[in-house]
Amino acid sequence: MKDTAIQVKGLQKSYKQLHVLKGVDLEVEKGSIFALLGSNGAGKTTIVKILTTLLKQDSGTATVNGFDVAAKPDNVRQSISLTGQFAAVDEILTGRENLIMIAKLRYLKNPRQVADDLLNRFGLTDAADRRVSTYSGGMRRRLDIAMSLIGKPQLIFLDEPTTGLDPEARIEVWKVVKELANKGTTVFLTTQYLDEAEQLADRIAILHEGKIIANGTLSDLKKLFPPAKVEYVEKQPSLEEIFLAIIGKKEEQ
Amino acid sequence: MEMIKKHFFSDMSIMLGRSMRHIFRSMDTIITVTIMPIAFMLLFVYVFGGAIQTGTDNYVNYLLPGILLIAITSGIAYTAYRLFMDMQRGIFERFHSMPIARSAALWGHVLTSLVSNAISFVVIILVALIMGFRSSAGVLSWLAVAGILALFTLALTWIAAIAGLSAKSVDGASAFSYPILFLPFISSAFVPTETMPSAVRAFAENQPVTSIVEAIRSLLAGQPVGNDIWVALAWCLGILIVAYLFAMRAYKRKAA
Repeated sequence: MKDTAIQVKGLQKSYKQLHVLKGVDLEVEKGSIFALLGSNGAGKTTIVKILTTLLKQDSGTATVNGFDVAAKPDNVRQSISLTGQFAAVDEILTGRENLIMIAKLRYLKNPRQVADDLLNRFGLTDAADRRVSTYSGGMRRRLDIAMSLIGKPQLIFLDEPTTGLDPEARIEVWKVVKELANKGTTVFLTTQYLDEAEQLADRIAILHEGKIIANGTLSDLKKLFPPAKVEYVEKQPSLEEIFLAIIGKKEEQ
Repeated sequence: MEMIKKHFFSDMSIMLGRSMRHIFRSMDTIITVTIMPIAFMLLFVYVFGGAIQTGTDNYVNYLLPGILLIAITSGIAYTAYRLFMDMQRGIFERFHSMPIARSAALWGHVLTSLVSNAISFVVIILVALIMGFRSSAGVLSWLAVAGILALFTLALTWIAAIAGLSAKSVDGASAFSYPILFLPFISSAFVPTETMPSAVRAFAENQPVTSIVEAIRSLLAGQPVGNDIWVALAWCLGILIVAYLFAMRAYKRKAA
């Protein structure tokens, strides 16, 4: 139990008539990369918003780093960072100013030094004093993630971190995420790209129509794939096939 | 909670620093909130002024209060715009998921509006002095003028906050300001209301800008302010409270 970063039980949320989450259960181990997989509108962002205290659930419980999100939002905010679906950077400020601003808001001792280190680590030193509005999508995303690392939060939420990025920028972001996990940070990632989950995640949960319909390691999920009947060539299913197969089966029921 | 409270003012000052940078980096904003009111002042004094009968020999003195209000009314659309962009671009979500005082992000914008308007006022008054503005007002009267201007700025800023928080598009965020922009023109800011047709005159004499302009004008001229100052304060406080309540409701709805 001690090694659980996130624990969610029976989470429900509706927007007016729309019942988005219909009882979500999930658990994320400390230090792991957890991928929440689902199509557009499946409710991934809603889960992230509840876990990051931006939204209140209708029912169910969610605990982040041992703190209940509804009862102790301040403690939750102390220990997390959110990189939202749209790069939450200030376009009018420079990259350096963005980092310094967040470092100041987190009351770090030496905001300039923190900014310099992160600019260096994310390959943004040359662009540091340019306004973010002149950055490419990949640079913006890197800055966005760099801003989330300030203050060394134990748990980072990345909501669709590579949506809209070109393949090269996507690989850069993947590298960053892997480095984070290697250093012991827990990463909660949402994505609609199956290869992204396959590349990064220790555990994958599939959110479909408001419920987690599958949850496990990639090899666990592979076992859910209907066994091959008579085939001459043994074929490993890709995660994409697993995903579509599981969703199809659920819909038939 | 205690820690959060202690941080509220420093969080807000970081927010203030951020949006003041936005203003100083936007030529468009500087032109609209400072250069334009000065251009109006030049235009009215040196082009129309000779033909306008106000019953005073110093038209700059007559005009200045209205020009200051124009600076406020033309600046609020930018407050709404900045707020809207923050909501839209997700930076509010970042702030709200951080361990900082929750409303600091919103109050930062309000404070920015106050500070940037104060800077505009100083610049406009300096230009007015060069153009021949003279005042016999004492320190207390000047403080009263500053107070009224601050209240009017706050009142309109909270209206802007409603627009910025609840708008669905950039255009929507600033459209609210057009009717407000006209208020100083249909008031006693530029010309006495006596020559206006009766319907227009009735409107002009009973809308907030006229009483505010009259109160500031009397204070700057060192004359007794009479009823105008109470009417002006009532308008400012009334708008301020109602707009604040609606803005906070919109904010709570957006920020869950």
